[in-house]
Parts: sequence; C-alpha cells; structure tokens
Amino acid sequence: MIAALEFHLIDFSRNWRGTVFGSFVVPLLTMLGFGVGVGGYVQGGVDGVSYLEFLVPGLLASTALQIALGESTWPVMANMEWIKLYPAQAATPLRPVDIVGGHLLFALLRVIGGSSAFLVVGVLFGALPSAWALACLPIAVLLGLAVAAPVFAYSIAVPTEVYLSLLMRFAVIPMTLFSGVFFPIETMPVVLRWVAYVTPLWHAVDLCRTVTLGRAPDWAVAGHLLYLALWAVAGITLAVRGFHRRLGV
Amino acid sequence: MTPMIEAAGLVKRFGDFTAVDGIDVTVQPGESFGFLGPNGAGKSSTMRMIGCVSPPTDGLLRILGMDPVRQGPAIRARLGVCPQLDNLAPDLTVLQNLTTYARYFGIPRREARRRATELLEFVQLSERSGAEVEPLSGGMKRRLTIARALINEPDLVLLDEPTTGLDPQARHLVWERLFRLKQRGVTLVLTTHYMDEAEQLCDRLVVMDAGKIVAEGSPRALIERYSTREVVELRFQAESQSGFAAKLEGIGERTEELPDRILLYASDGDAALTEVHARGLSPSGALIRRSSLEDVFLHLTGRTLVD
Repeated sequence: MIAALEFHLIDFSRNWRGTVFGSFVVPLLTMLGFGVGVGGYVQGGVDGVSYLEFLVPGLLASTALQIALGESTWPVMANMEWIKLYPAQAATPLRPVDIVGGHLLFALLRVIGGSSAFLVVGVLFGALPSAWALACLPIAVLLGLAVAAPVFAYSIAVPTEVYLSLLMRFAVIPMTLFSGVFFPIETMPVVLRWVAYVTPLWHAVDLCRTVTLGRAPDWAVAGHLLYLALWAVAGITLAVRGFHRRLGV
Repeated sequence: MTPMIEAAGLVKRFGDFTAVDGIDVTVQPGESFGFLGPNGAGKSSTMRMIGCVSPPTDGLLRILGMDPVRQGPAIRARLGVCPQLDNLAPDLTVLQNLTTYARYFGIPRREARRRATELLEFVQLSERSGAEVEPLSGGMKRRLTIARALINEPDLVLLDEPTTGLDPQARHLVWERLFRLKQRGVTLVLTTHYMDEAEQLCDRLVVMDAGKIVAEGSPRALIERYSTREVVELRFQAESQSGFAAKLEGIGERTEELPDRILLYASDGDAALTEVHARGLSPSGALIRRSSLEDVFLHLTGRTLVD
C-alpha cells in the first residue's frame, strides 16, 4: 500500500506547483468574496458570531470535500482506463486493497494539505477564534475518507465520464448548498434539511464549526463522527470490492 | 522440475462468448514459448490468465506450481509482464518509471536504483534516464516496458505482442534484446500474430484459432509437418485468376488460392515453376520462397494471419 502511495507522491511532486498555488488562492478569494463581501450585509452575525466566523469552518469542510472528490473521480477513471496505472499495478504483487489504499491515502494527504492552507488563510483573516480549530484537520480527513472512498467505488464502476459529471451536478452541488456552509440549515424547509442529514458534508461542517468556535462538544459530536465513520467503512468496502472486480485479481 | 506453466482444459468465457476454449499447455523452465494466432484467437485472454489478472472460468492452471486464484500475489512477485498496450506513467521520468515499479515488489530504494540503471543500459535508454516518458517513440516506450518487466529479476517473462505497432528497425532492436534474455536462460512466453517473430524467438509454439490450439511444435517441425519445403507464389491478372487454379492441378503437393495470388506448395520450387511454364501458363509474377509459419496457419485454418 505504501509503495502505491509512493508512486502518487512522486507523480504529484512532478506537477505540484499549480495545486499548491490554488489551495491558497481559492480560500483567499472565497473568504474575501463571501466572508467580507456577503458578510457586510449580514447584520448582527449568525448564531451569535460574525458571518466570517460562521462561514470559515463551513468553507473548510467544503474545501476538504472538493479535494476528496477531485481525487476520487477523474483520476480514478484515468488510472483505470486512460493511463492504466491500476492495471499496471495489478500485474505486480500489489492487491486491490493496496492499489485503492495507496491512492486513497494520497487523496487524504491532499485533503490535509488543502485544509492546512485554509486554516492558515483563516488565521490571517482573524476568523478562527479558538485554537481548537486545529481539530479541523482530523475532521477533514474523516470527511475526506467518508466521501472519497464511496466515490472511488462509484468511479471504478461507471462506464463513462458522463457519470462523473452527473455526480458533480446532482450530488455535490446540492450537498454544498444545503449543508449549512453558507447559512444555518434551520432556515431551510424540512425536506431540504434531510439532504443535510443524509449526506456527509453537513456533519463535518457542524463538527468544524464546533471546534473553530471553541464550543463545548455535545451528544451531536458523537453522532456526526459515527455517521461519517459509517460512510467511510462502507465506502472502503465497496471500493475494494469494485477494484477487485475491475482488475480481475 | 516443476513446469513454469501447466494448463489443462483451460477455459475463459465472457458471458456467452468463449475466448479460450479448453487449451492444454505446458511450458518448461528456460523455454521460449509462443502463442501464434490472428487477433481474437484468445492469445491475450490466455496471457491474462497466466499473469493472474483474470481468473480462469474452467480447467486447471498452475503457474510456477501455484494456483493463480489463491496465490496471485506470490506468483506475480516472480513474473515480468509486458502488456500489449504500454501503461507507463506518462508524467514520470524514464528512471522513475522503473524505480516506482520496483517498490511494488518490495525492492529497497537503493537496489531499485541500481537495477533500474542497469536495465536502462540493457534496453539502450541510459541517455534518456531523466527524460519524461510521453515524448518517447513507440520503440523506446516498448523497450522501457520490457525493462520494467525485468525489474524484479523474474523467473517467467510474459510478452503480449511485444512488437505490434513498431517500425521494422524498432522491432529488430526489441527482438535482439529478447534474444539476449533467452540466451541467459530466462523463460519467455509471448503472443504474436507475426510469423517471423515466432520463428525468431520461439523454441516451441502453439497455433491458436478461435480459442483452440490447432497445432503445436517447434517452428521448423510445424513447417515440415504442415507445409512443403518451398512455396511458389503466382500472380495472375486479377480477373482471370480463378481459371488458373484448376490448370495447376498435379503440380506440387497442393495449392491455396488467395484473393491476389495462388500459392503452389512443392518441395522443389524451381521444378514446379518450370512445369507451370511448360503448361503454357504465363503468370504476371512468380516468386519462389521457403515455407513459413504463415503457410502452416493458412493450411490449418484456410485464413491468413494478418488480414
């Protein structure tokens, strides 16, 4: 598994510059646009904190989601169908679990990198009042696994990249909009609130918000963690099974 | 001695389609063995089963004495695989392609570097060591893939159509390198639809057609058994060829009629051609050549290898 991870790291080391630049610039722009711009119109803050303080943990979680998705959609299809990295690896002693695991670990490292960059930018904006904000990193990793693992299973199974676009359009965009990133889900009708409850993102948003605002954890924290872990475990199981089937080993 | 490959009644089905239809094959250590046949004969499906990346549907298969379904990783650790389509990492350098692959076999980094450098020497790519893979020519990529297949010092090397798509010069360079491996005693198993490749590289081969083995033996033995020593290729004006086949009756052992020419099989080509002229036939072109595996395949299946 580590040997497979090494491949992805070396591959990444050959064209990392754009990614690193992007992981600082994107949070900078969103914080400026939404936090400062939109925040200027939000009178009296949200839930007793400034809009920027409310927004940043949400954006952090949704950034982790974007990175996890970015690595588990087109790259997975490319590695199976176009570049044929996975078939090349399958001809060696590596097992499907090593091949999935190596790529998944790499995706999680990217999630950690992107989330760390986000935290740095957040600190510069003064939007992270509590040092507990560091706990966002493990939360981001858990969310990354809860999202990337099932999407690995999806991307290895679907026949064409049209299905990847569909996933982005009909699952990711609604999830990002209705998961309490930009406004509390309590303001939405009950039906939409269920989108938040069922999909993984809102659970991570709520966890991140709890830690960045330094609030005392309550029973909801355990529920969120358990639910995300469920997605992760189910996703890993399905992904390993899917790789098994596609690689014939 | 345990055979490298032992297959009995080996079958691979995909849904209703039977790609490999009950073949029996044994390959001994040090042998250079070939699967010869046209596209779709079941060669690649057989290779994938041998490479432990496609479980057999039925029959017995033992690779290095082990079961490919239950002991896949242990077998693959001792195989070198050169797939039909190159699957090198396009963004990595030539050297990195070898060293990252070595790590999959648990080879320590230093040792991986040493072997990679040595193998690049062997496939004559040393001066490209630091270059990216993508701009390399087809022949260079194929040689790199062969080097990659040797990184774990395999007991058995599988080559699926090693020179398909390469220009003649690049093919000869690949053949020459493979011949050296063969001389070192490495067991080679290859598929090909080029009879010259099979003749050059294989000690023994099977001819496959529609998932079945239709003949087996050394290239020479197959030619002796299924063909004559020489062949006379006769070309006539296209519209009139059909009538000529009948007029050749009795010359040589037999004839094969192809769309553009008639093949006349005879032990003595010169004598046969003299007889053709004596019958008052004047082909627009005549060529006497030695029999090849192509003739064997044509005789066995009634079709040519490369359409």
